[in-house]
Amino acid sequence: MAFPFYVSPEQMMQDKAEYARKGIARGKSIVAVEYADGIILVAENPSSSLSKISEIYDKIAFAGVGKYGEFDNLRKVGVRYADVKGYSYSRQDVTGKSLANAYSQAIGQIFTQEMKPLEVEILVVEVGDEPSGNEMYHILYDGTISDHSHFVIIGGATEAAMGYLRENYRENMTQAEAVQMCRKALGKTNDEKALNENSLEVSVLDRRREGRKYQRIRTEEIRQLLGSAGSG
Amino acid sequence: MFRAGRYDGSSFMELLHAEAPHLLPKIDLAGEAFTELMKQVPHGTTVVALRYADGAIIAGDRMATEGHQVAMRNIEKVYKTDEHSAMAIAGAAGPCIEMARLFRIELEHYEKIEGATLELEGKANKLAQMIRQNLPMAMQGLVVVPIFVGYDLKRNAGRIFKYDVTGGRYEEIDYYAVGSGGKDARGSLKKTYRSQATADEGLAMVMEALFDAADEDRGTGGVDTLRGIYPTIKTANKDGIADIPESRMKALYEEIVRTRKGGGVA
Repeated sequence: MAFPFYVSPEQMMQDKAEYARKGIARGKSIVAVEYADGIILVAENPSSSLSKISEIYDKIAFAGVGKYGEFDNLRKVGVRYADVKGYSYSRQDVTGKSLANAYSQAIGQIFTQEMKPLEVEILVVEVGDEPSGNEMYHILYDGTISDHSHFVIIGGATEAAMGYLRENYRENMTQAEAVQMCRKALGKTNDEKALNENSLEVSVLDRRREGRKYQRIRTEEIRQLLGSAGSG
Repeated sequence: MFRAGRYDGSSFMELLHAEAPHLLPKIDLAGEAFTELMKQVPHGTTVVALRYADGAIIAGDRMATEGHQVAMRNIEKVYKTDEHSAMAIAGAAGPCIEMARLFRIELEHYEKIEGATLELEGKANKLAQMIRQNLPMAMQGLVVVPIFVGYDLKRNAGRIFKYDVTGGRYEEIDYYAVGSGGKDARGSLKKTYRSQATADEGLAMVMEALFDAADEDRGTGGVDTLRGIYPTIKTANKDGIADIPESRMKALYEEIVRTRKGGGVA
């Protein structure tokens, strides 16, 4: 009978983390930025049908990088969780915080208990009635959760983009200015390649909207937004 | 709850059945106790829908009754269910409101999971299934009979669907009304209805139908000038679902009163 080799827990966790990070690094990045009317999410995504950003509930959006099948499953679990909760209590009782915590628990559990960790990083963002009420949660492949304000970027090589956002972020940007900035930032992760409207996926949580705040921005509108803020 | 569950489809109703059946609206009671209980359940009364040139109009009065008593004067029977559809319900108020709420979540849930909205026909069929599931309660008296309208973005036209208690789904071409004053409203529309009417003409017809229903049926609430309560009227057209403001209904109501003043008594 063959005995399994002893592997120390540290080593096992390290291996899993490395495996997950490798998977994620292959994918493209996503930025979420607070602007005057809410939160905008921009992803580099050449596919028009396999979306990385989507609606969870009235004020909550979801974005994922890494393996599509894995984060899309997480998205569906989130929608089900939110809809059941909203139905059994009230729509106001569905919060980004509780959802982000639930994600953190679930992803963390998979990381420690399953052979293969999830090769994903996700964002859960909630738009507040006031800018101070905005919430942005970043959850890693091992369930580590962190919250951010102003902007957050997830995905593979994000350092250059992060630096760009840090230098250029201002409060109360217009939607067009925010999209422009996000495009530039995502370009930094991509050898300074200029991204056009066809390779961007953009969604907003717009607090001015009635009821469901989430809105997907169509390619045509993205083009207009990219054009209207002037080049700079 | 927060694990990939057994259910992996896009229906909210089926999700509840599989994962949280205790949340489904269900009343397990039978026999005399239930019959007694039924007398205390408020009932919604008259709802109307008609097609006009640019879409459909759906409306309802605001009365809920418990037997011969007023249960509520300002109940809401017309619900927007998504961007391009709305429903109005007559019958036992509690299950009616619950069904409208559940149906709205059902449509939204499908849209979020699938990333696409259902076709109008698909929505109408889904509602039929929900009514069929309510059949056990309907047999005990908790009847829910909705009218469903929407703007069909493929056909570029408004459409009206009516239902029976067993979930039978029928499409109406011009107009329909149901509830205790439904017959009177239909009688009114029989005389006033013209196809391809403008929105203004359509609103006038609907308002008059509700006026006639309230005039003939004691369960239907008319315009309550004392409390400033007006019916609910919504339009469904290519721009979405819109509410008709009170000021507009007030003008329409005054017009009816003006033209009918001095009419005969029967």
